[in-house]
Amino acid sequence: RLLSQQSAALPGNPKICVVGSGPAGFYTAQQLLKGNSLVEVDIYEKLPVPFGLVRFGVAPDHPEVKNVINTFTQTANNERCRFLGNVKVGEDISIQELKEAYSTVVLAYGVDADRVLGIPGEDSQNVLSARRFVGWYNGLPKDSDLEVDLDTDNVVVLGHGNVALDVARVLLTPIDSLAKTDISQHALEVLSRSKVKRVTLVGRRGPLQVAFTIKELREMTKLPGCLSVLHKHNFHGLDTVSQGLPRPRKRLTDLMYKTCMAPTGSGPRQWELQFLLSPTEFISDTNNRVSAVKFAQNRLEGSDLETQRAVRTEETKEISCGLVLRSIGYRSIQIDDMLPFDTDRGVVPCDSTSRVVDSPGVYCSGWVGRGPTGVILTTMSDGFETGKVILRDLEEGVLRQDNIGGVDVIRKKLETKGVQVVTFTDWNKINKIEMSRGKSVGKPREKMVNIQDMLKAASS
Amino acid sequence: FCSSVCRDQKETVMVYFIQEDGSKLPGKARVGDNLLDVVVENDLDIDGFGACEGTLACSTCHLIFKKKDYDNLPEAPTDEELDMLDLAYGLTEESRLGCQVIVTKDMEGLEVRVPQGIADAREPS
Ligand SMILES: Cc1cc2nc3c(=O)[nH]c(=O)nc-3n(C[C@H](O)[C@H](O)[C@H](O)COP(=O)(O)OP(=O)(O)OC[C@H]3O[C@@H](n4cnc5c(N)ncnc54)[C@H](O)[C@@H]3O)c2cc1C
Ligand code: FES
Repeated sequence: RLLSQQSAALPGNPKICVVGSGPAGFYTAQQLLKGNSLVEVDIYEKLPVPFGLVRFGVAPDHPEVKNVINTFTQTANNERCRFLGNVKVGEDISIQELKEAYSTVVLAYGVDADRVLGIPGEDSQNVLSARRFVGWYNGLPKDSDLEVDLDTDNVVVLGHGNVALDVARVLLTPIDSLAKTDISQHALEVLSRSKVKRVTLVGRRGPLQVAFTIKELREMTKLPGCLSVLHKHNFHGLDTVSQGLPRPRKRLTDLMYKTCMAPTGSGPRQWELQFLLSPTEFISDTNNRVSAVKFAQNRLEGSDLETQRAVRTEETKEISCGLVLRSIGYRSIQIDDMLPFDTDRGVVPCDSTSRVVDSPGVYCSGWVGRGPTGVILTTMSDGFETGKVILRDLEEGVLRQDNIGGVDVIRKKLETKGVQVVTFTDWNKINKIEMSRGKSVGKPREKMVNIQDMLKAASS
Repeated sequence: FCSSVCRDQKETVMVYFIQEDGSKLPGKARVGDNLLDVVVENDLDIDGFGACEGTLACSTCHLIFKKKDYDNLPEAPTDEELDMLDLAYGLTEESRLGCQVIVTKDMEGLEVRVPQGIADAREPS
């Protein structure tokens, strides 16, 4: 008998549940299904739709990156895999209940919260988290109604990572290009009325410590109608210094150096890199809308160039702007009291083999355990590694395999609570509607942004 | 423009993908295809290979060549290929992205190494 999305669990088989359907969840599932021909893997996802940040994080003008979805879909279509969407673990079902029903619980629920600066004026209007801004243009249900006011010339982005470059690029890309992507309609409308001319990306440290990668930087230097502004005093002598650096850092530094000395592109818009500044206060106008950011000037300390630390000086600087996007890092959250949580790092603590501290049978995969660093490739290796550790533990009999009810037990509980479970077949219905809506407006997809609409489509 | 290219495509050579554990996966390679095509068409079981399906948006198709084979490749990598390679685990001076390397007639018997990123993946990035 073949398993299907709706089918009952097979007695005697090892049953594993994965919490979260982003890259970490899917790559772990892929490894598990491949490495053990009996194992059943159930993926629980809080939203009615799968794929995590591949759907809600990756920028709309990077459709190639989303090709990983094809592999995830293959995994979901494996007869020993089930997708259970619209199930909030920690709310609809507890970790304890999952532990009782499964041999193993894999936490792959990512990082949902973001770091704040904790400085005066942070609650001013139009000081937004980049994470929510991304969610807004990517149609994340809870961020779709974010109020974004683009009636301003100047934007400050705090942070020098890839997300900072993503949001800057979306703000500066010609609207006609964006209109051909799967960017959400509500965002496209606001962006089409945008007055933004200059986006300044501000980092605490220097050019040798930026966290963005060269692909994203090169894209910035090639934005149509957009001038790159890098300041010579930041790059003086770096062409020599870069010679001794590892190849990726060297090429990145060289591209910034080259762009600085021979600026590319031309107006009317521009993007600018500012270094060695830590925000200390947001200043707002009489309507409580942000009008400037105050910074303390930093200097660098430490002998290793790539890991030098920023130390504040007495000097200050102010940059005026009408919108601030804060992109200084993410944190995970504790979804269940019974799980340990590292409040300093904002992750679930696990050892180097992905086993969650003091929690036999519970493993971490992806950003929830390693923190929000790296690209999908990094998460893929992590997911595969977690899968291998679990396979080994299964083989060695460390994990309970008998007398477990698996999906049947959980489904009954969810039914009692009135939770509508969205299967992968249901997702395909949503997917179809989104693609056909997109087709009618010349986009690859127009995402549903309302959870009730998704649930209705799923049950149609 | 197809005539000469299409005729060439009928020709095949054997290339070999050497995995970290020493296992050697043979692939029948059509001249004119790229090395990702070869992995896909021969259904070679390499974890995670070709995640972005050859669109230069990942680096999971990372392959390491022997120095002399690397030097013999007809095309040098573009900036965009080098950009993605910079994110690859275990980057070497003889690294290429498989989806960007086109199979030629003189590749008969070529051996390329498939690096695995597990150890490095644990380091903070
Ligand atoms: C803005 C942005 C852009 C990015 N762009 C790129 C890019 O272009 N290229 C690239 O390689 N990498 C990119 N990345 C990195 C990449 O997205 C991550 O490496 C990867 O998504 C991390 O995977 P994950 O599975 O750990 O987390 P996620 O992708 O966040 O998946 C976690 C999943 O768990 C679900 N979940 C959360 N809580 C619960 C709960 N209580 N119960 C059930 N489910 C839950 C979430 O809804 C989500 O679906 C980007 C990241 C961001 C933030
Ligand atoms: S398959 Fe992604 S870069 Fe080659």
